[in-house]
Formats: sequence, C-alpha cells, structure tokens
Amino acid sequence: MVKQVAVFLENKEGTASACCRVLKDVGVNLLALSIADTKDFGILRLLTSDNDKAVSALRGAGFLCSEVELVGLEVPDKAGALSDLLISLGEHNVNVEYMYSYAEADGHAKIVFKTSAVDKAVALLKEAGAKLL
Amino acid sequence: MQYFQPEIETMSVAEKKELQSERLVRMVKYVYDNQLPYRAKMDAIKLKPSDIKSIDDIYKLPYTVKQDLRDAYPFGMMAAPRRDLVRLHASSATTGKLTVAGYTQKDIDIWAECAARSLVMAGADKESVVHVAYGYGLFTGGLGMHYGAEKMGAVVVPASAGNTQKQIQLIADFGADIICCTPSYIIYLADEIEKLGLKPGVDIKLKGGVFGAEAWSEGMRETIEKRLGIRACDIYGLSEIAGPGVACDCQFKTGMHIQDDHFYPEIVDVDTLEPLPYGESGELVFTTLTKEGMPLIRYRTRDIASLNNAPCPCGRTSVKLNKITGRSDDMLIIRGVNVFPSQIESVLLKNTDVAPHYHINVDRVNNLDTMEIVVELSPSVSVDEVAHVEEIRRKLSSDMASALSVSAKITLVSPGTVARSEGKAKRITDKRKL
Repeated sequence: MVKQVAVFLENKEGTASACCRVLKDVGVNLLALSIADTKDFGILRLLTSDNDKAVSALRGAGFLCSEVELVGLEVPDKAGALSDLLISLGEHNVNVEYMYSYAEADGHAKIVFKTSAVDKAVALLKEAGAKLL
Repeated sequence: MQYFQPEIETMSVAEKKELQSERLVRMVKYVYDNQLPYRAKMDAIKLKPSDIKSIDDIYKLPYTVKQDLRDAYPFGMMAAPRRDLVRLHASSATTGKLTVAGYTQKDIDIWAECAARSLVMAGADKESVVHVAYGYGLFTGGLGMHYGAEKMGAVVVPASAGNTQKQIQLIADFGADIICCTPSYIIYLADEIEKLGLKPGVDIKLKGGVFGAEAWSEGMRETIEKRLGIRACDIYGLSEIAGPGVACDCQFKTGMHIQDDHFYPEIVDVDTLEPLPYGESGELVFTTLTKEGMPLIRYRTRDIASLNNAPCPCGRTSVKLNKITGRSDDMLIIRGVNVFPSQIESVLLKNTDVAPHYHINVDRVNNLDTMEIVVELSPSVSVDEVAHVEEIRRKLSSDMASALSVSAKITLVSPGTVARSEGKAKRITDKRKL
C-alpha cells in the first residue's frame, strides 16, 4: 500500500504553487503528483518523501489535507499489461475512484489507485502476478 | 381614473386626523381585549385602553416587535377567532421560523382597496389589463396585487414569477398596460424584450407599473421609465401589516403615499425609540387602524426611512414615505426574498462537513441579485475525491435553497480562511449598486 497526501485547493491564483513552496521549505521531496480540477476547486494528490512532515507543514500553512492509502503496483514493461489488470478488476466489480502513474529512478512505471474494495483488489492483483508496492 | 377612493385619498388633514383618532381608540380597545401578548405589555406599564383618547396619544403605547410575533408563533397574535380568518401569509424570520400573518375577509378587502389605490397611481383603470409577475403564494406580492386589480375592476393576468419568454408573450398578446413585479425583474424583462426585437409602445403596450419588494434607486426608476416608456411607481408593503399597497408613489414622485386611514406611520430613533419629526431618518413604525386578523400596534418594521407631509400636486393628502434607505437589522433582500444571516448559520451548524464560518457576497449581475456563500470545510473532511467534495457542496446548496427559499452559490474554502472579526462579525459584502 502507498500513502498519499491529498490537498484541497481553492480556486484562486497561486494556491498550487503556494502548496509546493510549503513542501520545499521543509525539504519534502515530491515523488508523484496529480491534480483533479473542477470549475470551483482543485485537489492535489501527492506522494512524498515524508508524509508526516508534509501534512504538518501544510496544515500549519492553512491547507486542508488528508492522508489516504492507495493500492500501488509496478506495471510490467509491455504493451497491454495495465489493460489486462484493469479488465480483471472491472470483471470482479472493483471500482477504481482515481489512478495515476509515476516513474522512479529504477525506470519502472508504477501505478497507484484508490478503491473502496482494497482487499479484493490486492487479492486479484496478486493472483495476476502483479508486483505490489 | 384619477383616484380609486377620492373621498378618502383627498380628505383634509383635519378630517383624516379625526378618522385616525376614532379608529385608534377603537383599535386599542380591540387589541387589549383580543391580543393577549399586547394586553400584557399594556398591563405591565399600567396603561388602559381608556388612556388613549386620540391619535396624539399613540406615543404612550408600547411597541410590538418581530420577536413578539415569533414568540407567539403561529397564531398567538391573531385577534380574530379562527372562524373569521380567511387567509394566512408568511415571510422568513431570523431563525428559520416564519412570521405569520392572518387576515379576515375585511382585512383582505381593505388591503385590496389599498392595492387598487396604488394601481391607479400607476395609471390603471377599469379597462386595464394588469399583468402580475410577482410570485403567488405565502409571499404577499402576487395575491396582493391580484386582489387589488380585481377590486378596481381591471382584467388580471395572474402570470406569477418565472418563465420570462412566456411572460413576454402574454404581455404582448393580451396587451397588458400595467405590470406588477420586482424592479430588478422589470429591467430583466426590458432586456429580454429588446433581444426579441419587440418595440415598447408598438408591440408592448405597457404604460405603468408598480415595483417593490426590494430596494431600488431613482437611477433604476429612470432607466425603467425610459426603456419601456412607462410610469414606474415604488410600492411598499410588509406581510405583517398588509402586503403591497401600504404605500405607493404617484406620477409626481414626492414620496410614497401611505394609506394612513388604515396604516398609521411613525419614524422613531433606532436607539432611543423617541418619535422623530418629518424629514428625519429613523425606524419606520406602523400601527394598523382597522385590521381584525392580526392587528399590530406600533410595530417596528426594522426599515430605515423618513416621512414627509409636503403637499403633492396629485391632490392626495396622505403623509408620504421617502425611499427605504436600509435596515436596522442584518436582513438581506435577495430577489425579493428576505434572508437573515442567522438562517444561513443554522443550516451550517447542522452540517458536520463544514464549519460555521462563512461570508456572504451579494451582487447584482444582469440586473438579478446573486448571493454567494463562502464557507469553510471542516478540518476532518477527507478531500482526496472530487465526487465527495462535490457532494458536500451539492447537499449544502440544496439545504440552503430550501431553508432560504432563494438559491445561493456555495463556495468551499480551506479551514481558517474566512476572516474572523472581533465583536460584531462583518459577514456580508453587498456590492449591489443601487
């Protein structure tokens, strides 16, 4: 499982950069970042080098954030690998709320996703031989 | 038609005073005998009905306030027995409870006469087609003008609010010459009429209108009169006293003629509650002189205004009400609907996803009032899913609409970002330029 920090961003100029600046000031490194934006607000999802430090710094700066556990896996480096895994999850009614990918220094693509059926997802991925994080 | 009831509307000041005196004496006795909360107020200061001998004694009487109506919710202020009441109206009160007003058939008839007098000021007569685009319902606007137009023998089109395209079609096809609605709505109608390429005076036969239920300026009046080629009259009313028709201005615009044979006005100092002379600004107070259902003595309206008694070239002799300039409480009027910040607060307090810290932004966009409520998310809310945050906003928006009877845009912000102020919080920014 991977711990993610989600930050609520008000719809006004400079909130995303202000958020990143807070993390920079406490020396937290960003491993992955994804933004969901709507007409009225945004949600910044982060994987960081130190979640505790990130959350306490962000809250101190007035940001609303929450920590959430995501299912993470390394995707085999071949065409259709992700598709096969997703089809399997879908067939077993495992709903994916959101997902995003990132790469680490080792060059392997990694995927994290949010689901309410964590146990079922993990079991299915294991069965399919995926390498879980 | 110059007047609806000339014998009353042009009565000499001395005769009017005699009529008011006679009616006040009778009213005080009636209220003392039939309205327990007010009787208690009189007893508390050892005032007897017999102490009130003329209208000059009115200052001796205690005030009635909105809280009295709330404490007596729903029917404690009714002086007439249930079998004599024929109608209820209601408007928002501060904490979600309604302010209820009950009317007997005689009350409805008198109110209709006052509304008819107002319509005549706008240029209506028995041949008129009166288009009523105020909402019909608990709000007094629609039914008040409807009964007034019927009373004078005009043809009423009970269009009610909404569906602007259809309203314009009705106004054009039925040849309406008089319209009743809010001032912001008539400007919106003028815009839409223009967009459709219809020509005022040719396709649209309107010649006058009574506009009320929200604040508007002389500038807005000029705009309305010029764009539609009509006489635009300012009409005043409040459900506790009677709906629209308590006062209305004529073509000379010297102030709204108060129907003071039925509703006696005073202006009092907001802090000391001492009566103020003509021309001075203070809180408007009304005493009903003939009402049976829910008579009110020295009712503090919370509206800030002044009175004048300068003679009007129209020949009407009533005291006149100058434009309402504000409120002595924090009530907002949004698209004609009364909104109290405390109503917003009580919705927020019931919702654990948000904190009861908010700011209200009011503006007027394309001549329609808009209200934005900026509210803080609660620190414990999980914010990683868009759908979850959207759901919080959607629910709040729908709870707010049902509590306020008017829609508001909800903007969610991070905890701690709404400005806290010491003492009386400044929670409202009203950018409307009137």
